[in-house]
Amino acid sequence: MHNLRAIYIIWYREVLRYLRNRSRIVGSFGMPILFLFIFGSGLSPVMGGLTQGIASASPMAPKGAAIDFVKFIFPGIIGMNVLMGSMMSGISIVWDREFGFLKEILVAPTSRTAVALGKTLGGSTTGVIQGLLLLILAPLIGVSISAGMVIKLVPLLFLISFSITSLGVLIGARMKSTEGFQVIMQFILMPMIFVSGALFPMRNLPVWMNFLVKVNPVTYAIDPLRKIIFEAQGLPTFVLEMLPQAGLGVTLFGHAVTMQEDIAIIALFGAVMIALAVWMFNIQD
Amino acid sequence: MAIIEVKNLVRKFGDLTAVDDISFTVEEGEIFGFLGPNGAGKTTTINVLCTLLKPTSGEAWLNGYHVVRDQVKVRRSIGLVFQEPSLDDQLTAEENLNFHAILYDVPAGARVKRMEEVLKMVELYERRKDSIKTFSGGMKRRLEIARGLMHYPRVLFLDEPTLGLDPQTRTLIWEYILQLREREGITIFLTTHYMDEAEHADRIAIIDYGKIVALDTPDNLRGLVGGDIITVKTTDDRLAAQEISQRFGFQVNDGENGLHFEVQKGEEFIPRLVEQLPLEILSIGLRRPTLDDVFLKFTGRRIRDEEASAQEQWRERMKRGRRPHP
Repeated sequence: MHNLRAIYIIWYREVLRYLRNRSRIVGSFGMPILFLFIFGSGLSPVMGGLTQGIASASPMAPKGAAIDFVKFIFPGIIGMNVLMGSMMSGISIVWDREFGFLKEILVAPTSRTAVALGKTLGGSTTGVIQGLLLLILAPLIGVSISAGMVIKLVPLLFLISFSITSLGVLIGARMKSTEGFQVIMQFILMPMIFVSGALFPMRNLPVWMNFLVKVNPVTYAIDPLRKIIFEAQGLPTFVLEMLPQAGLGVTLFGHAVTMQEDIAIIALFGAVMIALAVWMFNIQD
Repeated sequence: MAIIEVKNLVRKFGDLTAVDDISFTVEEGEIFGFLGPNGAGKTTTINVLCTLLKPTSGEAWLNGYHVVRDQVKVRRSIGLVFQEPSLDDQLTAEENLNFHAILYDVPAGARVKRMEEVLKMVELYERRKDSIKTFSGGMKRRLEIARGLMHYPRVLFLDEPTLGLDPQTRTLIWEYILQLREREGITIFLTTHYMDEAEHADRIAIIDYGKIVALDTPDNLRGLVGGDIITVKTTDDRLAAQEISQRFGFQVNDGENGLHFEVQKGEEFIPRLVEQLPLEILSIGLRRPTLDDVFLKFTGRRIRDEEASAQEQWRERMKRGRRPHP
């Protein structure tokens, strides 16, 4: 019971801090806007309609349901935003250390496991909020939103955010200064986002890159986001089924990865991360 | 029964021995001070006693609980005010205390009442809804003391409680500390490198290079110095030092304000000195011994000379390695 209350209060603090930090919330729109409206709009004419090839195979395809490049990267951008926010939340444990607050937590008669869990759940909650907030941009790029889509997105975003916050806590658990933040963002998180298929179709990739994409856990976080959002766009079923062939979905050993498989992979990744984070956090000097 | 008991405690960081085989006990209800320069091992000792660091060897008990085997029980028994600020400045005063109370499992019913009690004690009750960001350094320290008391600890640790505060605020903090013992009857364990503050303690342990060099009441410690301190400035201090030690048999030290040495009944000695010293005297000073003199006696240095930043101290000690104690 005591540990549950401890998890709750640590979670509550994370959420409170996030909600009070207006500039962080507003700032979290910066990158997505750049990617969608500048990067996306710039590349869109070159890429053309990504589903045109499939759609033209059938005369039944409705007009206007085509997926252009901006719509294609939208789920990827949501994923990217959640990933960056979650990593920051997890790694903020180093800020707590630098500002002395971590000592207050560590010397309390509470298990360190509860501390790590509270921190991770707090980061996951803010991650979900950060992801959902981006749906505000959806109408601007012609992506339609439905209640069903949002309901499916929430638990998925939570799972993704939980995994990456755990990774952040794992990295932050033994880090002594915030100087390493930039390095981690540049050399761990950004590469993970770039080789995940968040920003380009996974078609005709070089062998080495194809390999990196397939072993990258983030790939399996972006894929279900895309499935859920595409599904809500009124595309005919046969178009949805053909997405993996067009490089808009993940295939593994010639098999199109299903939503359940995606979720199982991230859940497994998340379980390993939180276990390692808790273990690392429990090491005492 | 002693509330804190430490036996042959050693804590090493690599080659550096931060705490070198110390033993002492603290009685329930006393104000116990650890006095020493930065880097002497004060904070390391506190960190071991409050279970943040494991001892390399030796043992310690707090409130009857072993600091390694009964960590949770030790933690419930203590309140802590760290050297560096440890409040969340995105939260309000009340939120910080509430966070603490829940982490320490203070029952919901007692929480509100206790919060009012401790906040009123440090005169911050009116500011309870304000963000910590708007607090001054002294207010933050007061709030930290209040927070440390939220869960009715048996021992309150104060690590350099007045570091970096202005003299007025320091006085105020000390009023709270003395008041605390009256009202709550708790044991207070504090560290400081300010001599005048150590005087408030019931007993003081002087610590240097990880070892306790003396432990007693402030009065008894001053008694160890052996007399009054005379400071003399002459036209030729070197010659004067020779003369004084030859004629009177005193051990003369060369300090920043001239020569100084210990004498019984200093007032009566001064005329003799003026009469017998074959040199022109520029000034003579007489003062009662302070804890700084005690420190000087045991270590051959003044704490004041040692007040470099903790980091410098650390670096220097690392270079020197483990320095044998004089």
